[in-house]
Amino acid sequence: MTAFALERQARMTGLSDPMVPSPFRVQRVRRETYDTFTLELEPANGADGFPFAAGQFNMLYMFGVGEVPISISGDPTKPQTLVHTVRAVGTATQAICKLKRGDVLGVRGPFGNHWPVKEAAGSDVVIVAGGIGLAPLRPVIYYLLSNREKYGRLALVYGARTLQDLLYKPELEKWRGQFDLEVEVTVDTAATSYRGNVGVVTTLIPGVHFDPLHTLAMVCGPEVMMRFTLRELEARDVRPESIFMSMERNMKCAIGSCGHCQFGPNFVCKDGPVFRYDQIEAFFAKREV
Amino acid sequence: MKGLSPQGRQPAVLERDHLQLLLDILGKRGYRVVGPTVRDRAIVYDDLTSLADAPVGWTDEQDGGTYRLKRRNDGALFGYTLGPDSWKKFLHPPVVRLWRAKTGGNGFQIIEEDEEVPKFAFIGVRPCEIHAIAVQDKVFLNGEYRDPSYEARRQALFIVALNCGHAGGTCFCVSMNTGPKATFGFDLALTEVLEADRHYFVVEIGTELGAEILREVPHKAASEEEKATAERIVAETAGQMGRTMDTRGIKDLLYRNYESPRWDDVAKRCLTCGNCTMVCPTCFCTTVEDVTDLTGEHAERWRKWDSCFTMDCSYIHGGSVRASAMSRYRQWMTHKLATWIDQFGTSGCVGCGRCITWCPVAIDITEEVRAIRRSERGR
Amino acid sequence: MTMETLERVLAEHPFFKGLERPYIQLLAECASRVRFDAGEVIFREGEPANLFYLIRRGKVAVETFAPNRGPIIIQTLGEGQVLGWSWLIEPYRRRFDARAVQLTRAIVLDGECLRGTCEEDHHFGYQLMKRVAHLMDQRLQATRLQLLDVYDGVRS
Repeated sequence: MTAFALERQARMTGLSDPMVPSPFRVQRVRRETYDTFTLELEPANGADGFPFAAGQFNMLYMFGVGEVPISISGDPTKPQTLVHTVRAVGTATQAICKLKRGDVLGVRGPFGNHWPVKEAAGSDVVIVAGGIGLAPLRPVIYYLLSNREKYGRLALVYGARTLQDLLYKPELEKWRGQFDLEVEVTVDTAATSYRGNVGVVTTLIPGVHFDPLHTLAMVCGPEVMMRFTLRELEARDVRPESIFMSMERNMKCAIGSCGHCQFGPNFVCKDGPVFRYDQIEAFFAKREV
Repeated sequence: MKGLSPQGRQPAVLERDHLQLLLDILGKRGYRVVGPTVRDRAIVYDDLTSLADAPVGWTDEQDGGTYRLKRRNDGALFGYTLGPDSWKKFLHPPVVRLWRAKTGGNGFQIIEEDEEVPKFAFIGVRPCEIHAIAVQDKVFLNGEYRDPSYEARRQALFIVALNCGHAGGTCFCVSMNTGPKATFGFDLALTEVLEADRHYFVVEIGTELGAEILREVPHKAASEEEKATAERIVAETAGQMGRTMDTRGIKDLLYRNYESPRWDDVAKRCLTCGNCTMVCPTCFCTTVEDVTDLTGEHAERWRKWDSCFTMDCSYIHGGSVRASAMSRYRQWMTHKLATWIDQFGTSGCVGCGRCITWCPVAIDITEEVRAIRRSERGR
Repeated sequence: MTMETLERVLAEHPFFKGLERPYIQLLAECASRVRFDAGEVIFREGEPANLFYLIRRGKVAVETFAPNRGPIIIQTLGEGQVLGWSWLIEPYRRRFDARAVQLTRAIVLDGECLRGTCEEDHHFGYQLMKRVAHLMDQRLQATRLQLLDVYDGVRS
C-alpha cells in the first residue's frame, strides 16, 4: 500500500478528510411547510454528537444523488443532535425531504465562519430573517436565550410569504411568550381574517426597540430582502460595522478549492457565509458578482 | 516548494545526446518522465522516454487566436515556447475519483482508494510554468485544507526547467516577473545552446537531488564563455516579448472598474467557450459529480475541471448569479489579475499568453487591461 | 386628552417631526382622538378623503376587493404609522379600504381643513407635502419588495 493510500485511510478512519461524508441517521422529521422539513440527525457511527457554531453549514449528501450546502439550524448548546431545515427546491433537496426516521444521510462539515454571538455580549441584538433565512439564525436565538443575561434587548423580526410558510411556529410562540425577547412576525399576503401583520419584513424594522449605538444586527434571507433591510437598519442609525449577513453562493467543495462560491475576493464557504456588512459593502452593491 | 538557491553550485554543461541518459536515469529511479511531444499539430506534455519523441526541429508561431507549428532549420530539441497543455494536468488532474462508497453497515461505507501516487519528473518546465506551479501551491497547500493528492504529487516531483531561447508571440513573462529565466523551484534548469558545431545544454543545479541525478550523467563544469552564451540567449529572449502588461496598481484599477463599459465591449466578442480557463496554468476551478450504478448500491464521487464561464458555476436556486457573458468574462479576468492577489498574495497570471493564443476570437488580456487604463485617463 | 397633550403627541410623532410650533398648534386644533373596534371599517374605497390618522395603538389593514378573490389585505399598519394621504392628493378620494383589525386608537386630523390652510400658507403646504411624499416613498419601496415575491424564488 502506498504512503498516500495509508494516509488517506488514516484520515478517513479519523473522519477528517473534508471531502468524505460521514453517515448520519435520521431520528426525527418535522414538516415545517408544504416544501420545508426539519431533520434531526445523529451520527451513525457512534460518535458523540456534532459540535458547531451558529452560522456554520454542512454539505448534506444523498447517497448517489448529490450534495447540497445547508445551514445548521439546531441548538449549538445541544450538539448531541444535528438539526437541519431543508427546503425541497432541487434534485438532492427533494430526495432529502423524503427521508424518514432510520434513513441515512451523508454529512461533511461543519464549514464556514459563524455569527458573532460572543462579540455581541453587552449589546442589543436585532435578528432580521426572511423566509428560510430564519433557519441559519435559529442557532443564534438558542444561544442568546441560553446566555440571556449577557445581552441587552433582543428582537426577532421575521417575514415569510404567507402564514403557511412560517417556520418553527411553536417556537415562535414560545419565544414571543418569554417577555425578554421581542418577536415581530409579518407575512407578505394573508386572508382578510388574519389579525397579524401583513407587509414585507422591512416594514417592521422602524418599530423594533433597540439602541442603535449598541446594537448588532444579524440578517439572513433572499439577497433582495437583505438589501432593503440594510436600508431600514441604516435609517435607524445602525452602523455597517454592526450589521452581519449570511451570504449564499454555489458550492461544490466547501473548502475553498473548487472556486465556485467566490463573491469578489471572498470564498463564501471559508471567508463566510457570515460577513460584516462594511467589509463586503462594495461588492454587495455590484451586480452579477 | 523546492526553493534552494542555485548559488554555490556551479553550472554544468551537458551534451545534447547525453540528455537521453538523464531521462533514462530518472526512469530507472521510478519517475514517470513527462515532457513535450508533438501531437495533433501542437506541442503537448506526455510521457517522454526517448529524445526522439521530443519536438526536435519544431517551433511554434503564436498570436491572438493563432497557433501553428513550423519547422525550424536546425535540430533544436526545445525550440518552441508553450503549447495548450500546462503541468496542472499532472498535478491537479482533470478527472479524479475522490472516493467510492457502497450501501450497508451504518447506511453506507466509504471504500478506500488505493491510488498509487505517481512520481513525476517534468522535463522542460518554462520559468512562467514554475511560477504557475507556485501559484497553485498557494491555492492547494496553504489553506486550512491541504489537497492530499496534490500534495503527494508535488512532494515527489522532479523538475527539469527550461529557460526560454526565444519569446512566443503572446508571451509577457517579463511584465509579470516570471521569466524568461528560471530563478527558483527547479532541480535542474537547462538552457539549450545551438552552435555551428555543437549542441549542448548549460545546466544550473537547483537542489541536492538535482545534483545527485546529474552526477550519474556525463557532464563537465561550464566555462565562462558557455555561461555567458546561456545568459545572452535568455537576455535576448527578454527583449522579444510579444505582449506587455502594465501591472502597476492593477488590483485597485480593476476593483474601481467593475462597471466599466469595456466589459460590455468584451462581452460582444467573448463566446464564453472557456478555452482560456482550460489552457491557463493557474485556473483551478473544479466541480464535483456524484454518480451511482443502476443498483443504487454503489456510488462514486468524481472531481472534474470546471470553468467560471459555465452557467452552472454560479447557479443557486432558480438562476445563475453570473448569467450574462459580461459578468462571466469580468469574473475570470478580475479574479486572475485582482481578487487573486487578495486571496493568495500573488497575481494569478504568469504571463504565459496561452489565453490569448487559444481564444477563438483572440481576446487579449493585456489589451483589455490597457483599454481599462485608457478609459480612466479619458475621464 | 387636553390640547397640550395633543400638541405634545403631535410634536413627538415622527411624521410631524421638525414642524414649527405654530403649525403644531394649528394641527392640534384640527385633531381629535378616535377609536375603532376590531373589525370596524374606517373608510371605503371611493369615499371622499378628508381625514387622516396617526395610529397610536392597534392595527389597521389597508385592503382592496378583487371580484373573484374577495377582500385582500395589502398591508397592515400599526402603532406610530400614518393612515391615509389621499386627503392631500387630488381628487381627494380613498383608493383603498381601511379596516381596524384590532381595537385601534388613533388621532384623527381634519384633512379638508388642513387642505385650505395649505392653499393659503404655502410654506405649511410644502412641509406637509414633503412628509406625505416621504411616506409614499416608504410605502412604495415596501410594495415593490412585496411584488417581487422573494421567498418564492423557485417558481418565479
